Amino acid sequence: MINVLFFAQVRELLGESTIAIEASEATSTAEGLRAQIAAKDEKWGKVLAADKLLVAVNQTISSWDTPVEDGDEVAFFPPVTGG
Amino acid sequence: MSASLDHIVVQTQDFSVPDEYARIADDNSDGAVVNFIGKVRDFNDGSAVTDLTLEHYPGMTEAVLHQIVVEARERWPLNKVTIIHRVGTMALGEQIVFIGVTSAHRKAAFAACEFLIDFLKTKAPFWKLEAGDKGSNWVEAKDADEQAAKMWEK
Repeated sequence: MINVLFFAQVRELLGESTIAIEASEATSTAEGLRAQIAAKDEKWGKVLAADKLLVAVNQTISSWDTPVEDGDEVAFFPPVTGG
Repeated sequence: MSASLDHIVVQTQDFSVPDEYARIADDNSDGAVVNFIGKVRDFNDGSAVTDLTLEHYPGMTEAVLHQIVVEARERWPLNKVTIIHRVGTMALGEQIVFIGVTSAHRKAAFAACEFLIDFLKTKAPFWKLEAGDKGSNWVEAKDADEQAAKMWEK
């Protein structure tokens, strides 16, 4: 399984902080995983289509073509605003 | 560099600036100590703010902060480095973040402190939710912060 995490307004809008997704051919990249999750329904599609959405694969900010494997932790979140 | 020179903490409770100053300022080889403290401000983009809630990504946050300190140490001769960032809900005027840097000379300490806060703001996974007279709003990332971090690129 791929452990998927959501933070900040992405988490709030989806109403979920974590979900588990079965690894497959379709989820073999960060973009593939995003597309698979976004296909759930209209709301999820909208939230996960945000043009400023960031992805971290195994706790490192990553590009959308980064490979994703079974057992990975993948997080989707908006631009960071700490400090 | 010894990891014991770094003090990097994410916590809900407040911190004491005198205590944190004392922690890093006890080495007589350091001629300079620079501290930055970030606080909850009373307005943002024209709206009144009453409190602020900080969310973060446990695990990744600490890893990114450690990496930022490694990068600062590669650029400047630093001795002690402290980063404390609070999470949870904070009232107006409360302290959010402490950055403390010591070095033999002031230029390295000033530059490293500014570098650390600029990189923290654009790379560490923290998010601010502001509550105010118009309800709650997630703070938008600012282009100015991104530009400030880019200024440090070699």
